Amino acid sequence: MVRHAVLQLAPEKGQVKKNLARLEAALAELAEDAPEVVVLPEAFPTGYFLQGGVRELALAVEALGERLDAIRRRVWEGPLDLVIGFYEKDEREGAYYNAAAYFELGGRGLLHLHRKVFLPTYGVFDEERYLSRGHAVRAFDTRFGRAAILICEDFWHSITSTLAALDGAEVIYVPSASPARGFFGPRPANVERWRELAKSVAAEHGLYVVLASLVGSEAGKGMSGGSLVASPEGRILAEAPVFEEAALVVDLDFDRIPPVRYDNPMLADLKSGLPLLFNDLKRVVEAL
Amino acid sequence: MRKIYGVPGGEVLELDYPAVADYLTGFLRRELAWRGYEKGLVAVSGGVDSATTLALAVRALGPENVHALALPHAESDPRSLADARRVAEAFGVELEVVDITAMVEGYAALRPDITPHRKGNVKARARMIVLFDLSVAYHALPLGTGNKTERLFGYFTWHGDDAPPVNPLGDLYKTQVWGLAEELGVPEEVRKKPPTADLIPGQTDEDDLGIAYVRADVILEHYLKGYPDRYIEALGYRPEEIRRVKELVNRTHYKRHLPTVAVVSTTAIHEFYLRPLDFRIELE
Repeated sequence: MVRHAVLQLAPEKGQVKKNLARLEAALAELAEDAPEVVVLPEAFPTGYFLQGGVRELALAVEALGERLDAIRRRVWEGPLDLVIGFYEKDEREGAYYNAAAYFELGGRGLLHLHRKVFLPTYGVFDEERYLSRGHAVRAFDTRFGRAAILICEDFWHSITSTLAALDGAEVIYVPSASPARGFFGPRPANVERWRELAKSVAAEHGLYVVLASLVGSEAGKGMSGGSLVASPEGRILAEAPVFEEAALVVDLDFDRIPPVRYDNPMLADLKSGLPLLFNDLKRVVEAL
Repeated sequence: MRKIYGVPGGEVLELDYPAVADYLTGFLRRELAWRGYEKGLVAVSGGVDSATTLALAVRALGPENVHALALPHAESDPRSLADARRVAEAFGVELEVVDITAMVEGYAALRPDITPHRKGNVKARARMIVLFDLSVAYHALPLGTGNKTERLFGYFTWHGDDAPPVNPLGDLYKTQVWGLAEELGVPEEVRKKPPTADLIPGQTDEDDLGIAYVRADVILEHYLKGYPDRYIEALGYRPEEIRRVKELVNRTHYKRHLPTVAVVSTTAIHEFYLRPLDFRIELE
C-alpha cells in the first residue's frame, strides 16, 4: 500500500511565495496521515491563466526542487514524493513549458520532468501562444513502482495513456486545470468528462489514475476541481467536490494490478495486437 | 421486438439552475474576496436581471452585506420602483432610493436639442456615476446585471450599465436568466413582465430589438457556434429573424471591447502585452 494525498488547492494568481506557503501549511495538516506521495494540480505555484505573464513567473525545475525540499525539511519527517504542475523555464533554451515534475524530496530529488505535449489553444485556452510543446511521454521508476505523468489535455488523448501503460506505468498522475463549462446537470460537463475518462483509462489498462485538479476563480473562469483516484478496475476510490479546496487521502495497492489485469487482460491483448496494427499506425501518421 | 428510439442531439440552452445558482454564488464570493471586498452593491431596476443579481449577491454575501439601490428618474415608469421595492423585500435587503432626475435634467437643460434616445443614455450613465460613487462610500463592489443576449446585441449604454467590474449574469442568455430567477425565488410579477430598459417612456426590449428573446437566444447560440443559416432555418426560424440577430451582433462588437488604441510598438497593451485582469506578481 502506498498512501497518496491529492491536494486540490486554489492558488492566488501570481503569488508564488504565498502559494508555496499554502502548500507548506497543507503538508503540515497532512502529516498525521503520513502520505508517501503528494500530488498537486497543474500550474499550482502561479494559477493557470497567465497569458504573457508566464515569462515573469515560470520557475526552473532545479530551483523549484530546492524550494520544495526546504518546505519538506520544515514540516516533514523523512522523504516525501511530490508531483507538482508548474510553468517551467528552461533558461538555456529560453523556452517555457507547461510542466509537471516528480520529486523524491529528501532522497534522489528530481526523478522525472514531463512537459505537456498537447497544449490546448482553442476556445478559452491559449497555451501554444506562450509555451513550447513537450515531445515525450515516458514512464519512470519511483521507489514505489512505475509511474507516468500526463498534464490535462495530454490525458484527453487516449494514445498518451496507452503509451504510458505500454511503457510499464502502474499509475498515471494527471495534474490538471479545467475551467467549468456546460451546466446542464448537477456538475459541469467538463467534470463529468474527466470522471468518465479517468475511469475508462484506468480500466482499459489496469492501472491507477490520480487526477489533481485546480480550484479557484481566475477572472471569471471557475477552475472546477473534482480531483479523483480511479482503481485498476475503473472504480472511483476517492473524489473531491467541485470548486472547493480539499485533500484526498488514498492508499494505492499496486499488488492488486496483476490480478486485475489477469481478469481483464486488455493491456496484454494490446501488446499482442499493436504490432499487427503498427504498419497502419505508421501509414496514417506519415500521411499527416 | 422492442424498439428504442434515440433522442436527437442538439444544442442545449436549458441549464441545471440549482447548479448554476450554486456556481454563481461561489463566483461572487471568490471574485469579491481577491479584490478585498466583503460587500456588494446592486442597482435594482425592478426588472428580472437586477433581481437575479441581487438574489445571488444575498446568497453569496448575506443580506447585511448587500446594498440595493433604486435609481429612478421622474420619467421612469412608477411600476419599476414598486417592483424594485418588491424585489428588495423578497430578498431581505433595504432599498436605498437615489433620484437621478436632478442630475439628468441639470445636464439636459444645457442641451435643449437632447433627444429621448440621448437622454436615455444620460440616465444610464448617471446611474453608473451614482453606483461607482456609493461603491467607494460603502466599500461595496458594484455588481453587473447585463445578460448575454443584451451584451451580444449591444443593447446597453456603453460605459453605463455594462460598467460594473463583476457580472454574474453576462454569460447567461435572457431566457436562462428567467430560469435562474425562478430557481432563486424572484417574484413572479417581476419574472413575467415584459422586459424594458425603461429609459424612454413606453419602450420594451422586444419592440426595440425586433425579435422575441425566446427566439433570439436559440438563433444566437447556433450562430455563435458556427451553424450555417440553413441549419437554423431548419429549426423553424425565419431568414429575416436570423438576419436581424446577425445584424445586431455584428454592428456592436466594439461595445464589447475597450476603446481602440493606435498600435505603434511591440508592447501595445492587449495586443502584445497580455496579462489577465487578476494577474499580480509579488514584488521584492
